[in-house]
Amino acid sequence: MDPEGEVMALSKMPLSVDHIPSDKRHIYDAEPVLSGRDLRIQWGHVVGLDGVNIDLYKGEVLAVIGDNGAGKSTLIKCLTGAYQPTSGEIYLDGQPVDFKRPQDAREAGIETVYQQLAVIPALDIASNLYLAREERRPGPMGSVLRMLDKKGMAKRAGESVKGLGIQTIQNMNLAVENLSGGQRQAVAVARAAAFGSKVVVLDEPTAALGVKESGMVLNMIKQLRDNGLGVILISHNMPHVWEAADRIHIQRLGGSAGVITPQSHDMGEGVAIMTGAKKLVQDAPA
Amino acid sequence: MSTSSTDAATQFSGRSQSPVQRIQELLHKYPWVSPLVILLLSFVVFTILNPRFATAGSMGLLIQQTAIVAALAIGQTLIILTAGIDLSVGAITILSMMVMATLAMDGGMPGPLALVIGVGLATLAGMLNGLLVTRVNLPPFIVTLGTLSVFTAIALLYSGGSSIQQSHLPDFINILGKGFSIGGFRLTYGVLLVIVMYAVVGFVLSQTAWGRYVYAVGDDPESARLSGVPSKRVLLQVYTVAGFIYGIAAWALIGRSGAATPNAMPQANLDSITAVVIGGTSLFGGRGRLIGTLIGALIVQSFAFGLSLAGVNQQWRFFATGVLVIVAVSVDQWIRKVK
Repeated sequence: MDPEGEVMALSKMPLSVDHIPSDKRHIYDAEPVLSGRDLRIQWGHVVGLDGVNIDLYKGEVLAVIGDNGAGKSTLIKCLTGAYQPTSGEIYLDGQPVDFKRPQDAREAGIETVYQQLAVIPALDIASNLYLAREERRPGPMGSVLRMLDKKGMAKRAGESVKGLGIQTIQNMNLAVENLSGGQRQAVAVARAAAFGSKVVVLDEPTAALGVKESGMVLNMIKQLRDNGLGVILISHNMPHVWEAADRIHIQRLGGSAGVITPQSHDMGEGVAIMTGAKKLVQDAPA
Repeated sequence: MSTSSTDAATQFSGRSQSPVQRIQELLHKYPWVSPLVILLLSFVVFTILNPRFATAGSMGLLIQQTAIVAALAIGQTLIILTAGIDLSVGAITILSMMVMATLAMDGGMPGPLALVIGVGLATLAGMLNGLLVTRVNLPPFIVTLGTLSVFTAIALLYSGGSSIQQSHLPDFINILGKGFSIGGFRLTYGVLLVIVMYAVVGFVLSQTAWGRYVYAVGDDPESARLSGVPSKRVLLQVYTVAGFIYGIAAWALIGRSGAATPNAMPQANLDSITAVVIGGTSLFGGRGRLIGTLIGALIVQSFAFGLSLAGVNQQWRFFATGVLVIVAVSVDQWIRKVK
């Protein structure tokens, strides 16, 4: 198809500089923190990803939207090491990377907040924040007896949570099962923020939350961005996407249907592109 | 007791608590409180029924009788914390004990070497359980139900079903039955060793990263894995460590019973599970404290001992233990409802 080339070109950069608010344009002068080039995944005859390009910049929230089966999750799993692309390249800070497993991506500074949250209800907040990354006490208590630095971890966990503007969680020794859904989400996001030095990926973070709690989580996402991280937000909730995202990557049928911004297109147009009712290229400036 | 977390929970949920809710919260945070109350109550009641219960001599005997089940229950606690169960506790212990004793019998092999082989075999047996659970993905109940029969059969075939008396064994193998008295209170080295085991495993569970992984794997294995906890490795280690503990318990059992006999401790499986459950550890995994298990083991023995001192038919002991198990699990279900 003729317009395909143009769509690809659009997905490499923001749709048009006119659609990025002037105080944010500098973000896109830098090199992308995370890029995928021509990512393809094929399982036998089933095509999961059909040559997708994606760029994420430091200090932006890039939303990924798409219908069920459009390849949102597949794309994200490629970028975070859960799947390995059949072909294509991934760059982190301009360097090619090859993630064999999620742990590799995590060690490279990419944190993922999974839809099922991955918090342990019976453990307290500090233990959850530091799960599998525990810090030991200094001296022989830590090196010989392998004692955990519980106080230190609780203190730093408190700072992480405060740094995201969460006021409602005070006691880091409280078991996570005592928290509301939004507070649990906050713990998961705080963990990602504490350890994700470059990129945080959030999979449907507001799916199970009420209005007020969704607002809190969206504020946390903006806080992450303002702290200079690259944030990928996967969501089905269009109002949340249009509220929090700087740019919106649209997946359709395993491929990329292009990138828009909340300023360039309204929600209706976004959904139309997502479902194939409209082609992005028809609306694009020449 | 710190109530700060309770207050915090109340604050942000904006509700006030009834006294019943406060008790529920307290038990939720300190699941060993209710067994401790039961233990103290049983002491009071049995002392009233027969004042000899409270003497130093009786207490020493009670503790010696508790020691073996208490030791086995350490391994059982680790496994139940991971939401598993071990029905092969008794079988592994007997197998380890018979191998240890047969090798060392009548100067056949130096005591320490026989001990290392016996404990090593128990460790391998535990590891086999762990491999079947983690690699073949079988439920722990099925795995240990199978190995219960397998290990029992091997122990009986190996020993020919006959006992080995203390007099045929080297001092080193018998040493845990020996001890000393403080006043009328007799302590054996076996009891001291079990106390040390509780201290070490209790420390590991509450103070180290590995301890947290045990709880995390038991509470939510998938979330633990996504968080970066090596779930399968931790599970395999838990079963292996449990096997090692059973091996040490086998050594203590020879000292305690004065012989190695293949039909010792027919109640080992149920008693160890009972101790763990009465001690407040949840059969659903992820919840419980090792100290509760020690209290649970003491409760089981205190009932047996107190009822026999009171001259009551022994069947009432099983009756009472059965009721306690059902009550303990009901309480666990209730306190898990704290939100």
